[in-house]
Amino acid sequence: MKKAVSVTVNGVAHHDEVEPRMLLVHYLREVLALTGTHVGCETSICGACTVILDGQSVKSCTMFAVQADGASVTTIEGLAANGQLHPVQEGFWEQHGLQCGYCTPGMIMAAAQLLNRNPDPSQAEIRHGLEGNLCRCTGYQHIVEAVQYAARKTKASAATGD
Amino acid sequence: MPKYVGQRVKRTEDPRLIQGLAHYVDDVRLPDTLHVAFLRSMYAHARINSIDVSEASHAPGVVAVYTGQDVAGKIGPVPCAAALPDLKVPDYRVLATDHVVFVGHPIAVVVATDPYAARDAIDLIMVDYEELPAVVDVEEAAKGGPLVYEEYGDNIAYKLTAGEGDIDAALASADHVIKQRMVNQRLAPIAMEPRGVLARYFPGEQELTVWSSTQIPHLLRTQLAIMIGIPENKLRVITPEVGGGFGSKLNVYGEEALVGWISVQLGKPVKWIETRRENIQATIHGRGQIGYIEIGCKNDGTITGLRYNVFADLGAYHQLLTPAIPTLTGLMLSGAYKIPAIQINVTGVFTNKMATDAYRGAGRPEATYVVERAADLVAAQLGMDVVDVRRKNFPAPDEFPFKTATGLFYDSGNYDAALQKALAMVDYKNLREEQKKAREQGRLIGIGVSTYVEICALGPSQAMPAGGWESATVRIEPTGKVTVLTGASPHGQGQETSFAQIAADELGVDLNDVTVIHGDTSIVQYGIGTFGSRATAVGGTAMFMAIEKLKEKASNIAAHLLKTEASNVAFKQGQYTKQAARAASAAGTPEPDVPVGEAPAGALPEPDTDDKKVTIQDVALAAHIAREIPPGSEPGLSATYFFEPTNFTFPFGTHIAVVEVDRDTGDIKFLRYVAVDDCGRVINPMLVEGQIHGGIVQAIGQALFEELVHDEQGQLVTGTLMDYAVPKASMLPWFELDRTETPSPVNPLGVKGVGEAGTIGATPAVVGAVVDALAPFGVRHLDMPIKPEAVWKIINAQ
Repeated sequence: MKKAVSVTVNGVAHHDEVEPRMLLVHYLREVLALTGTHVGCETSICGACTVILDGQSVKSCTMFAVQADGASVTTIEGLAANGQLHPVQEGFWEQHGLQCGYCTPGMIMAAAQLLNRNPDPSQAEIRHGLEGNLCRCTGYQHIVEAVQYAARKTKASAATGD
Repeated sequence: MPKYVGQRVKRTEDPRLIQGLAHYVDDVRLPDTLHVAFLRSMYAHARINSIDVSEASHAPGVVAVYTGQDVAGKIGPVPCAAALPDLKVPDYRVLATDHVVFVGHPIAVVVATDPYAARDAIDLIMVDYEELPAVVDVEEAAKGGPLVYEEYGDNIAYKLTAGEGDIDAALASADHVIKQRMVNQRLAPIAMEPRGVLARYFPGEQELTVWSSTQIPHLLRTQLAIMIGIPENKLRVITPEVGGGFGSKLNVYGEEALVGWISVQLGKPVKWIETRRENIQATIHGRGQIGYIEIGCKNDGTITGLRYNVFADLGAYHQLLTPAIPTLTGLMLSGAYKIPAIQINVTGVFTNKMATDAYRGAGRPEATYVVERAADLVAAQLGMDVVDVRRKNFPAPDEFPFKTATGLFYDSGNYDAALQKALAMVDYKNLREEQKKAREQGRLIGIGVSTYVEICALGPSQAMPAGGWESATVRIEPTGKVTVLTGASPHGQGQETSFAQIAADELGVDLNDVTVIHGDTSIVQYGIGTFGSRATAVGGTAMFMAIEKLKEKASNIAAHLLKTEASNVAFKQGQYTKQAARAASAAGTPEPDVPVGEAPAGALPEPDTDDKKVTIQDVALAAHIAREIPPGSEPGLSATYFFEPTNFTFPFGTHIAVVEVDRDTGDIKFLRYVAVDDCGRVINPMLVEGQIHGGIVQAIGQALFEELVHDEQGQLVTGTLMDYAVPKASMLPWFELDRTETPSPVNPLGVKGVGEAGTIGATPAVVGAVVDALAPFGVRHLDMPIKPEAVWKIINAQ
């Protein structure tokens, strides 16, 4: 018995009929073909599936698509605007914040939301803020530097009114 | 000065990865794809009396169900490439028939129209198990215990003794012989992308394409051809983006063959994406050694000999390299020291667990842990500083190539230089003073030092189970763009960038004009893959040699275009000039003279040449038009090289960890972490730092957090990421890195390799630091992972 679901994803409204048990991440990946959001575990630990839902970062592997009915979702594909990388994306590139790249979309979404909450986080606050996201490649140090880069960049842009 | 090599060049692979535009196996979407799910054994050891799939077969969406009986005789055994004398090799089939030997052992596979339906139907398969006693502890298994295989009469897969020198005499002549039991616990590699396979059979062409998350596309193709009987030249393996490997994807898995075979049976694309639970159960594990060392030393700290009797927990079956891993431990037991006599006695033991195999470091972290802990034990025994014991036993820089009692020749090294640099970074003398003062105040601060050496660039073919060389093809296309095909198969290490840096410098072209292609057996010539810190040292060298070959040909064509002899042509910054003495233009690399956005009048544009100079792009165009090339020479501009190294390389370095232990909670906090690594010549310092950071964190994981725990029935207790403690950002210190650069004489690039350095070097530094912090309690050694509970008990023991 399928259920109707209406979700705005990266600014585009979608109306679909889905199985009630379909996970949000599978809806994004399989129905909407947005495969940038990854699945790394089934227990809400690794954070590879992190997306932003109504302004909050959520793990889309532990949420049903039907629970997102009426919500607005941003995935990694929707983060860059007008051909410009988001400062966090830019930071990850500049500071070598990724290696295999599998955790990266979730890590970037979590970091973007972290900076929304706290535009000038300390190193400890960044590390704490990314506790829900595992990376097996980088040892996190370059990720911390990527987030610091993004914070600086955002602050500089705000100062110049960009 | 090279323009790109040695620079912190941003990765060319990143734009697709940071925007969600990359394609891992599960992101490859083909119409009409069927999905599979596996039924796996819930017991570590059981007989299967019967399997009833009738209900599952009729479940909604189910297309087929296969059991071991269905595929018997149709799919060959999972291969083991390690050849050791008298090795017992169990017949490892892709699906069990009547005997399961570890939790996670595949029993049946369901094929359905969507993954949810496949998973549902798994629950409808009825298996009549008869549980058998399981053997879990490796030492109990070695002694006897329940047998994994009744027919073998014991659990011993093999025994092996190696090493040189008279170990008995060396230990007898020592002033002290120190004994210690050492544990290298089982770990899960946990690549963030679990394994995944997509297979598509083309019935008309009789060709099978397999997308797999693997580190070894060509070796996998060969083995799949053998396993499922498809001619190798009709089989294509593609490794799209691979989300981490760490050795766990340096393997050939039953699922890869089975998914390919099912696609042939059903004539449709078939996909399997491993769940994390499956990944922890049934992707190879790492480490799993319990051993006993005896180390002999003189009163002045000179080490006389080292014996290591080790029980290697192989698990129930051999994967590709399972039995070979402990032999690497044996090779590296000399560490960074002159030890005249070394002996390793390996007992490879079957247990009712998943196979162990290569996990980042693969046998070498085990050796480094043993040797470095042994050096600390010598220091504790003699009341010496841990640094002095190490310096006492280093080979001097002029003793290289240095021959070890394990039969290796270390290529180059200056161990004291790296050590001194690290000591200066922590201000070691002062640090010891501070530690003393802190102790007087009741604070527990510990300093751990590891002066590791590792073996990389695996390796000469003589020392490898199946080819230690690597391949590369370098082409300059008619439009002047450079294409590199590498047999190495990077999966996060960044070789698309670092190889382009080398190629761009050597050819004098822009970095962005170089594309590095890897991981497709129909595009790339046969190659070996990425593991054993080999991709740059062996694969990069293959590319360098191919470029040399290509430049020789280009130089002949350039000379022809310039109407002179090749010996009168000089090549600099992408430009050939007549007369060797004339310097190239100061303007640097010229832009290729290729019209953009307009079709040339002829089939190809015309090369722009004058009689004094010609760019390499124009040479490439001329080589393809082939009207103005030296008579009798081959058209085109492409060269392939298969590079066979003459030796391994031996990177080294010093890691120093400073920790403080909380008396009330036993919690371990890092105060400093300093690493000075020497991986030979550095192509891209940023990528090297990334490799070292990641490696150190996996080492800290082993030292303090990670372990695969099985209960007495062999049930995997740490079966999800909720139980298996992968380090998080908040658990880690800031790493302070520096380096020394001792080029390797083994390859013309002078590179050594760095992929595993952190994992190999860091573990003993961390353990040494915690042990040192607890030295006031008489502690000389602790087993990993060192948990706060164990620390608290020591502090609070009455």
